[in-house]
Amino acid sequence: MFERAGIDLRVNGGRYDLDPPVGRTLAETLREDLGLTGTKVACAEGHCGACTVQLDGVPTLSCITLVHTVGTREVTTIEGLRDHPLVSSFVRSDALQCGFCTPGQIVSAAALVETDPLPDHERIQHAMAGNLCRCGAYPKIEEAIRTWRD
Amino acid sequence: MARLIRTEKEVEGRYTEQWIVVEEDVLDQWPPGARRVVGRPAARVDGLERARGEAVYTADIQLPGMLHTAVLRSPHARARVTHLDLSAALEAPGVRASLGPEDSSVLVRDPGYPGAPVAALAADTFAQARAALALVAVEWEVLEPLLDPDEAIARGSVVSEASTEERGSVERGLAEANAIVEAEYRTQTVLHNALEPHQAVCAWEGDTLNVYISTQYIWGVRDEVAEHFDLAGDKVRVVCHYMGGGFGAKNNAGAYTFLAGELARRTGRPVRCALTRREENLATGNRNATIQRLRAGARADGTLTLLTGEFVNAVGFSGWSPSTGGPMQMLYACDNLQTVEHGAKLNTAPNAAFRAPGFVEGTFGLECLVDELAAKLDIDPLEFRRRNYAHSDLVDGRPFSSKNLLECYRRAEPHWERRHEVRARSKGPWRYGVGLASQIWYGGGGPPSYAWVRLGGDGRVTVVTAMQDIGTGSRTAMAQIAAEELGLPLDRIEVSLGDSARGPFASISAGSSTIPSMGPAVRAAAADAGRQLIEIAAQRHHLEERVLSLRDGNIVSADGGSWPIETITGLLEDGQILGKGARGPNPTGMRTLTFGVQIAEVGVDVETGEIRVERIAAIHDVGRVINPLGASSQVEGGIIQGIGHTLSEERLLDPRTGAVLTQTLDAYKLPTIADVPEIVTELVDEPDEHLTNLGSKGLGEPPIIPTSAAIANAIRDATGADIRSLPITRDEMLRALREARERSHQREQVEAPTS
Repeated sequence: MFERAGIDLRVNGGRYDLDPPVGRTLAETLREDLGLTGTKVACAEGHCGACTVQLDGVPTLSCITLVHTVGTREVTTIEGLRDHPLVSSFVRSDALQCGFCTPGQIVSAAALVETDPLPDHERIQHAMAGNLCRCGAYPKIEEAIRTWRD
Repeated sequence: MARLIRTEKEVEGRYTEQWIVVEEDVLDQWPPGARRVVGRPAARVDGLERARGEAVYTADIQLPGMLHTAVLRSPHARARVTHLDLSAALEAPGVRASLGPEDSSVLVRDPGYPGAPVAALAADTFAQARAALALVAVEWEVLEPLLDPDEAIARGSVVSEASTEERGSVERGLAEANAIVEAEYRTQTVLHNALEPHQAVCAWEGDTLNVYISTQYIWGVRDEVAEHFDLAGDKVRVVCHYMGGGFGAKNNAGAYTFLAGELARRTGRPVRCALTRREENLATGNRNATIQRLRAGARADGTLTLLTGEFVNAVGFSGWSPSTGGPMQMLYACDNLQTVEHGAKLNTAPNAAFRAPGFVEGTFGLECLVDELAAKLDIDPLEFRRRNYAHSDLVDGRPFSSKNLLECYRRAEPHWERRHEVRARSKGPWRYGVGLASQIWYGGGGPPSYAWVRLGGDGRVTVVTAMQDIGTGSRTAMAQIAAEELGLPLDRIEVSLGDSARGPFASISAGSSTIPSMGPAVRAAAADAGRQLIEIAAQRHHLEERVLSLRDGNIVSADGGSWPIETITGLLEDGQILGKGARGPNPTGMRTLTFGVQIAEVGVDVETGEIRVERIAAIHDVGRVINPLGASSQVEGGIIQGIGHTLSEERLLDPRTGAVLTQTLDAYKLPTIADVPEIVTELVDEPDEHLTNLGSKGLGEPPIIPTSAAIANAIRDATGADIRSLPITRDEMLRALREARERSHQREQVEAPTS
């Protein structure tokens, strides 16, 4: 039923030969084919930010990105950021409660501090407004981003 | 010793009488003063796993050969299925099984709300299952839906009989009042939207059904699934190691679990049934809308003489009628009271508990009304609340096991004093003001709940109990309690939870009960293990047990001896010390409640109706605080959900068909990081010595309760406008401003008649 087209997907420094069906999203590929379940899917239609990954450093919603459109761009998921100082900063600041949105928050925050290592309040609000947290960890998410290098 | 008692059990404000076997709680409170672990901020013990994406949630479970389920749901609020043929769908690529109303009691032929499940398909992939739904041949006879709650009550369409509560006499209360205020308040339907959608993976292993599920109540799911499939309880194993939020909507097993279990039985393969975000917003429960017709009267000195309320809960097609009248019945000493609560049965999705159900809504109405009454009598709102302080339970006169609301009010003063400076910020169309509101709620927990503590030869400890951590940090709190009792650093403690086959019964994580129910059991188990450790040490060192204690990883004697506990546990080699503990009974003849007050600062643009919440101070009395860091996160989260409830969240229905218009997160407005004010948290941190050996009450729900009233009262302080309905949309804000202008215009005309 589906036409297949092989791709060479670059994820967290590794390369994967894959043959996904047309229409498969990057999130599905990461989670189901590569077992990288750190990337969460909470709405599957690009509204909540839980599935955020970086494509060449740019935060991108993997649930509405077709895997065939990724091309040669490097995909960075939370698994590729496990040793990023933001991870321990989030834990230290208690910037997570249930934790389901947290990988997406950290991926977005990592892209932010890459471009602006000392983001101010407005910058953090702007860069992080696409990552919903229903538990309401926002004040501490901001604190974690402000103190990520401590 | 085990003791059989008849006791009152409370969850989410609902009481039931039941027999219960409890073990006596023999431990005294910890001595007063600072502790080494409990009461000190601790980062979550599972924070790294969660932050690094290593924690396996139910959504992440992938079993070999697992099938995925798509559910055919009614697009109509009220309909009859006149024709249903699943055969073409069953032939679609990847589809392995189907279920219709004849196959499962959770599928219906006569849906009574949009989203009611009618049929289900299991396929190799979710995409295949969903694609095959289009091939289901179904015909509907669409019927007229009942959507208006007042009309439902008038027609007798109710989920339960009206509940009436009375004290004193309404006539007397009216006669004694120098001022009376009356108003109708409305609150909207709010959707939980935990980020992990409701889901279960069911896999049969022989005659045992393994259920991986995102749940707030492992043991409740076990019993519900066992009953549904006619299995012995221990033939159902329920697993939930990490859970992506619930807020009350995941207290039960849910149709998705039964569908996955049945499809797994029929196919012999593991089956996932996960809801999409749109299904979440259709069919997983909600905070029901309310209509509240309230009246309050007081003497000139501010003494309340009368409180009356007629409450209509728009419950939905099924569900229960929460106690929206609860705050009115319980918060203030008032001799004359009458509340009548109705539960309207409608063609809308059934409600579900949502973080202090009933009390969030009822506090909005009551605390706005009380502020209006205080203003009418020209009495300071904080002083008004003090004058009507309840010193014992108003429903049956019982003493409180502890109540420090006056202390909360005292600590509120500096925040309340800021009002002069805040009001002075007003400039141009922007008006600033401060408002406050009180909080009352349950949160004492209760038996039964059990824990085991395992102390190994290496001196490390594992707390074992089949409870769940739904994101509140209860796992961390349990580790802190065990560490404190055993005199060990936190990093020597593991907590094994989340699996009904690997630990004893643990209570539901709802009704702010996890820590007050589980914490004392964990402490008792740790104390039992500690006692055994000291027995062994006493024999090893030829000392009396009473001179030995546990501190900083050592066994220390009164005469100055100190031995690392490994020197004793090491004697065991592969042996282990096993401690067990149970939650003792609740104090007889006492009422256990939580209390607090919040003070909000807002700005309102009186031209556009834009509202900015700038600061909220929250002061709550929930007994002993185990983890101040996690506790402040709970408070912030509750307030932020409260801000969503107050300003932006609302399930919208097509008024004609009852179709849900807000199924997606671009239409249903959750707060974002850009909507968050400054939040200041203060906890009274006084152990409730009557309640348990721990003295802790729950904190999950209290912080969301007073937020909406505090904001609405701040808006009145800023603008003179009386908010009457939630959410406070620009329409509502502009309506209230218009009304206030007309009122003051009329007053001017009365005061200065044209000559």
